[in-house]
Amino acid sequence: MSGAGTIVQFDNVGLRYGTGAETLSDLSFSLRKGGFYFLTGPSGAGKTSLLRLLYLAQRPSRGLIRLFGEDIVTMPRKRLPGFRRRIGVVFQDFRLVSHLSAYDNVALPLRVAGVEERDLEGPVKEMLSWVGLGHRATARPATLSGGEQQRVAIARAVIARPDILVADEPTGNVDPEMAKRLLHLFDSLNSLGTTVVVATHDLHLISSIGRADMLRLDRGELLDPTGALRNPPRRADS
Amino acid sequence: MKAGMRRFGAADRRLLPEGRLAGPMPWVIAIMMFLTVLAAAAGLGLGSAAASLNAAVGDRVTVQIMAANPDLREADAGRAAGLLQRLPGVKKVRRLTPGEINRLLEPWLGAGGSEADLPIPAMIDADLGPGGAARLDEVRQALARAVPSARLDRNGDWLGPLGQLISSLEWLAAALVLMMIVATSATVVLAARAALDMHRGTIEVLHLMGSTDLQVARLFQRRIALDALFGGGIGLAAAALVLVLIGTRVSALGSDLIGSARLPIGAWLLLVALPILGVLLAMLVARATILRALGRML
Repeated sequence: MSGAGTIVQFDNVGLRYGTGAETLSDLSFSLRKGGFYFLTGPSGAGKTSLLRLLYLAQRPSRGLIRLFGEDIVTMPRKRLPGFRRRIGVVFQDFRLVSHLSAYDNVALPLRVAGVEERDLEGPVKEMLSWVGLGHRATARPATLSGGEQQRVAIARAVIARPDILVADEPTGNVDPEMAKRLLHLFDSLNSLGTTVVVATHDLHLISSIGRADMLRLDRGELLDPTGALRNPPRRADS
Repeated sequence: MKAGMRRFGAADRRLLPEGRLAGPMPWVIAIMMFLTVLAAAAGLGLGSAAASLNAAVGDRVTVQIMAANPDLREADAGRAAGLLQRLPGVKKVRRLTPGEINRLLEPWLGAGGSEADLPIPAMIDADLGPGGAARLDEVRQALARAVPSARLDRNGDWLGPLGQLISSLEWLAAALVLMMIVATSATVVLAARAALDMHRGTIEVLHLMGSTDLQVARLFQRRIALDALFGGGIGLAAAALVLVLIGTRVSALGSDLIGSARLPIGAWLLLVALPILGVLLAMLVARATILRALGRML
């Protein structure tokens, strides 16, 4: 299933680490440009593996993945950086660069993309203020709380206005008020055309975006293989 | 600017933590550079010595007039000198004075020893001009015909073994320099790999944000170049100090043979250029190592 509005397409995608059993099996679905998706499923269902395929940290063992209309499975690796710059990622373990300040961590995607220093200062400071960390710009990750680190990770993921935002449990370490603000940020980005994919167990989060679709994984398989994703979720997966 | 080809700027250099990348690497490079400079200096000095020895005596022949009768010896010496001056290929002819001959014999006969009634040969030095060496046989035959008591010796023949020794030592020095280059390259490879392992997490994050391999490689390349420059500078300074000390001691010896192993200005410039060449080598090796390692990542 593919169309003009499709930004991601998986066809019979399987993923196997080494010689073990398949972590993901026969995944076929598509994500439309500007869509908002929640990815749910029990622990070990393969959510993080699926996200790794989405943000190009991994190639599948089989099947076809098209991203922005191009086959990224057989794409030469030298072309991947250009695609990665269009994807923002909030890692479950944040992956902040430990020796860099919050400011420099958030500025990272802009610097990688070649934005001049004079042009990135404003947006970075604004983004840090938006996630409530304007006063911690010079702090290093080790001195930040878990919630603060998570907000820096989110600011870093969205600073470059990516076409796709992939977030793995993005509100796991923040208080409900901050979770609401962050979700509002995702919602705003989504309204501007960014496709958002959020892996979460948070039912409150899932129910707060009415227009969101849901991808449900269980033991590496998509529970709705037709790709006709349901909204809202019918039941809560653990 | 072409996407993916942008160099990281000054602020981005902080992407790798400040401080040396791989601990002892600058000091290992300092030791390597110290040894390389000494080996290169030895090779260049020996080359200089060989050249100056060759220039001084390589094209010189000495004619001895062996006649026992002093009158006949004097007459033969005059005839031989005259003949040599006329022969093509001979540039300069000079007959050694009795005083010069006495000084040459003094180590064997003692002071005044040659004043006894010993038949001391007359001696004539002749410098061969361009192409003279090729006509040496003609000179020898002409001399033998005209002055049977004359014996011609080519000074270069006596220097042959010494020249071969110097040549062997030059090759040894060149081999040592080559081995140092290989060892330095291996050090850089190990340091680059260690640095990559140490910063793997940062590299993965940079990659996932769209950094190209070249962007990442340049970060490491710059840091390794700084380490190599630091080590190379220290190694060169230490080696230069040693060379100056050795030069002072050699001058004190007053030996023409050892003293001929001087380092000309060009050789000093080459030695000073070695750390710069070392930095370039380190950068190239680091770049190749890192790009190869990054190529294995997705």
